[in-house]
Amino acid sequence: MTPVFEVRALRKSFGGLPVSDNISLSLAAGDRVALIGPNGAGKTTFVDIAAGNLKPDSGEVLLGGEQVTRLSPAERVRRGLVRSFQVTRLFHDMTPAEHVAMAILQREGRAGRMLGNYLDMPEVMREAMEAFAMLGIDDLAHRKVREIAYGQQRLLELAIALVLKPRVLLLDEPGAGVPQSDTARLKAALAALPADLAVLMIEHDMDLVFHFAKRVVVLAAGAIIFDGAPAAATTDARVREAYLGSYADAGRVA
Amino acid sequence: MSPALDEMPLAKGSRSLRSDLIGIAALLALAALGFLLFPDNLALLTRIIAIALLVLSVDLVTGICGVATLGQAALFGAGAYAAGIGAAHYGITDPLLMVLAGIAGGAIAGLICGIVILRAHGLPQLVLSIALIHLFHELANKTTSWTGGSDGLSGISPGPLLDMFTFDLWGRTAYVFAVVLLIAVFILLRILVRSPFGMLCRGIREDPVRVRAMGASPHATLVKMYVISGAVAGVGGALSAITTQVVGLDSLSFTLSAEALVMLVLGGAGSLYGALAGTVIFMLFEDFVSAANPFHWLTMVGALLVAVVLFAPKGLYGTAEDLLLRWKGKAP
Repeated sequence: MTPVFEVRALRKSFGGLPVSDNISLSLAAGDRVALIGPNGAGKTTFVDIAAGNLKPDSGEVLLGGEQVTRLSPAERVRRGLVRSFQVTRLFHDMTPAEHVAMAILQREGRAGRMLGNYLDMPEVMREAMEAFAMLGIDDLAHRKVREIAYGQQRLLELAIALVLKPRVLLLDEPGAGVPQSDTARLKAALAALPADLAVLMIEHDMDLVFHFAKRVVVLAAGAIIFDGAPAAATTDARVREAYLGSYADAGRVA
Repeated sequence: MSPALDEMPLAKGSRSLRSDLIGIAALLALAALGFLLFPDNLALLTRIIAIALLVLSVDLVTGICGVATLGQAALFGAGAYAAGIGAAHYGITDPLLMVLAGIAGGAIAGLICGIVILRAHGLPQLVLSIALIHLFHELANKTTSWTGGSDGLSGISPGPLLDMFTFDLWGRTAYVFAVVLLIAVFILLRILVRSPFGMLCRGIREDPVRVRAMGASPHATLVKMYVISGAVAGVGGALSAITTQVVGLDSLSFTLSAEALVMLVLGGAGSLYGALAGTVIFMLFEDFVSAANPFHWLTMVGALLVAVVLFAPKGLYGTAEDLLLRWKGKAP
């Protein structure tokens, strides 16, 4: 079976410093992969290249067997490759309902319609409300984003990604900035993701990683040093070396 | 899901529709007031409306989409020359057809300017817009057999409106025609900015990276908006050609482009209402102050602008709206 998402021999350096060093990786439908590694390992760069926000020096990105290396981020999204951002990127003067409605209409190819208004589209608003209810932010649907807490903005980012109905979802630290009180919601939302969706998640919260991932990929200095089961990652000598023990211990505690 | 959540969006939608109806009623009332108070000065009021259409078109690309431009008069002038050349050289003197010619001319100029200007961002974008207005100006200046060059294009004599109302000496027909055009355009634009397309444009202004991550293409959307903006400016240009019966090179000038941007900032960008308020206040102030003190009026216009930018950075309309909301919030 062709993997739904694949990168081959990806290389990228910033002024002589390799940040992606011959990365090859593939995801099958339904995969739950955590991409971990110390700060500066090149995790976000990897997502930037995969999503098309950054051009690789060499290597290929494939989506369902199709070459997307030269496609724009928007074209990749339309083919089912959706990402979230490490730091929220939202429109501060708009409401969550408007964000999600925009994404729903874009998915349906109607985002450029010049008549009507999101609020007068009951089927769009209903779908938006369902997405919010799942994430527990339905009471904020009509508040301006600048008025809602950062942790809830993180959940809104997830809602936007989900209503795009992706085949492959790249989550860049979905847990960063989500307060302890909301992590249960985030875990539940991640657990409720469609079964056939391939997910790759960058995350520093090891509790979330071990809760979610069936497979862990460890990146250090731009190269993959481990790819396997989560339990094996905590005992792998190279992973321990990369982290100087700190995260391996955290894993045992979790 | 609770039933309250289902009803809330609809209620909110109709509320903003109601505020638009109030806005349009206020616009009509002001237009009538102008007609009654300044019966001898209808030409000025008509000129204000033509410029208001230009400023509205700036608001579409600058206020809504965040594209910096100092060349918007290119679209206005293209509309004016399209209507004027059609009338003077081809005998298309029906006012409605002239407006259509203006819309076409403005939209085509909008497409050209949009494609060029949107290649760049920030300062280079601004410089490109200035370069374009100079190129348009030179083009009109050199093609004298079409445009009359620096003498201006004359020989425009529009026929009666709807074959019934001739353009009279006092400018009454012209004024009523202008008001009807402005209201029609304004209603269409309010619908446009509330639509999914309008929201997408606002999204692009705030964060194009986020818009791309939703699968939308900012560039294609902005080019579309530029064409629409050109059509709106073109209506203004055509209106100016019809009512003054002459088109001069000043309608394609950098000065007019810059003044349009200044009027937008004065009124407040992004709401369309601010564009109208800014135009009316700037042009009435200019007219009034230049009559009262012909030597220092530019100084006073400058002082007004400095005061607004320093103390009401959201523009006069934006600041008034904020104050109103705060007052409403305090009231029980």
